[in-house]
Amino acid sequence: MLLASEFADFMQQVVSGLASGGIYALLALALVIIHRSTGVINFAQGEMAMLSAYIAWTLMTNHGWSYWPAFVATLAISFLGGVVIHRLVIRPVEGGSVLRIVIVTIGLLVAINGFVIWKWSGQPQQLSSPFGTSTYEIGGVVVAAHDIGTIAVAVAIVFLLWVLFRFTKVGLALRAAAVNPVEARLVGVRVTWMLALGWGLAATLGAVAGMLTAPTVGLDPQMMQAVLIYAFAAAVLGGIDSPIGAVVGGLLIGVLLNLLSYSSKYGAFDWFTEELRLPAALLVILVVLLVRPQGLFGKPEVTRV
Amino acid sequence: MRTLLELDRVAARYGPVPALYDVSLTVRDGEVVAVLGANGAGKTTTLRAISGAVSRTGVIELEGKAFKGGPEAAARAGIAHVPEGRGTFVDLTVTENLKLGAYTRRDREVKADLRRVADYFPWMQERGGQRAGTLSGGEQQMLALARALMSRPRLLLLDEPSLGLAPMVVREFFRIVGELNEKEGLTVLVVEQDARIALAASHRAYVLEVGRVALTGTSDELRGNESVRRSYLGY
Repeated sequence: MLLASEFADFMQQVVSGLASGGIYALLALALVIIHRSTGVINFAQGEMAMLSAYIAWTLMTNHGWSYWPAFVATLAISFLGGVVIHRLVIRPVEGGSVLRIVIVTIGLLVAINGFVIWKWSGQPQQLSSPFGTSTYEIGGVVVAAHDIGTIAVAVAIVFLLWVLFRFTKVGLALRAAAVNPVEARLVGVRVTWMLALGWGLAATLGAVAGMLTAPTVGLDPQMMQAVLIYAFAAAVLGGIDSPIGAVVGGLLIGVLLNLLSYSSKYGAFDWFTEELRLPAALLVILVVLLVRPQGLFGKPEVTRV
Repeated sequence: MRTLLELDRVAARYGPVPALYDVSLTVRDGEVVAVLGANGAGKTTTLRAISGAVSRTGVIELEGKAFKGGPEAAARAGIAHVPEGRGTFVDLTVTENLKLGAYTRRDREVKADLRRVADYFPWMQERGGQRAGTLSGGEQQMLALARALMSRPRLLLLDEPSLGLAPMVVREFFRIVGELNEKEGLTVLVVEQDARIALAASHRAYVLEVGRVALTGTSDELRGNESVRRSYLGY
């Protein structure tokens, strides 16, 4: 039987797992949006998020902005940045082999990383949490305000995105352009702008993920690299073309990894240390690709002849 | 009758491969015009040239004004193109498909038009939430037509609507097209391999042979034409 204190401990791990899972979910959603429309995995997604976090940081530290105005401005800048990246870097190589776009996103990863180190040095910086460092106790479970805030922001963003895709004209056009660009053109959808809009949305999602990650792991140029792997795992687990899958996958990965670390405290999986979190995520990717390539929520790929 | 669409010596190619050499044709307001021809004669390419889905030379005029744009511009100019193979969004629902048809419209009568379209296709109303990909081939073709109507087109382009459909469904499809033409004055340019049904449903027709207009006349005249009978009607 589980003791009350053990249960509280367990719940604490679940809550903090949901918080990191929420971040993975946002980044995984960004990957899914781009994969649906452009057909590739955007390897630069993590670095774009990291750059966004730096932009928020510099607005606050070097320009004296307070948190929420800087947050909103960063979202707007990131959105425009995503659109510009699509127009200038991705669009010219679209239409050929998918490999070309993949290579360009890897190049983008390296370029953004190099730019940030050049501009702000590789020194770790502090990006504060808008939710403070306090903790709350709810029924014996101690939770960090930042974790609760992270979960709340992730839920709000997912909800807004759902409303956008489900109930608005532009959301419908975005989906139409992603699933069938040729027909979409025939009904008058400006498909290339919809693709750019998708990149803008993905960059915005990444910006939120970056700003929520920095307060816990510290702002540095490498901070999103592990998060991107977890987001890959989340997207693959949920189904690379499924937005719901990305959210569920993100939360599952976050909670699963936390519980593995937690159970080691009680003797089970005691060999599972922090260092194994990334390999565990890669294992998830591998197993899903072998056993159920379409993921939990994806449709099996049908090749038509 | 006013001339709605005029093609003057239009040619088109896919990369280095020419598909249309010299096509001139006219569609007047309120007409149903058919384009007949064998496989590879350039029927589909003619429609693609009109809606700008393929690069072309020559002059295409819509209501006397040169039209040079791509498919997005064609949709805005009032051309509704129902491509070969239905062209519905299979992952989206019936209602979403219909709403996309009205994508270029800014007026407030889209909801009313959804009901108006449902008068022609009563089954669509109760199955609005169904994914288009789960409809039968005939239903998808009807949906493609309904979606085109949602744009309130000045000109409807139909590409091989009979393809792969049962004869009864084809007759029903052309019955609705005829009704739309008579009641609402809808102008239609239809490309068809099935010459019999196309000539029955149209006022005038053009026969394409290897990317050129070989023959033209009223549908009644062409039905009586010896070579059309032998080549396309088969008796």
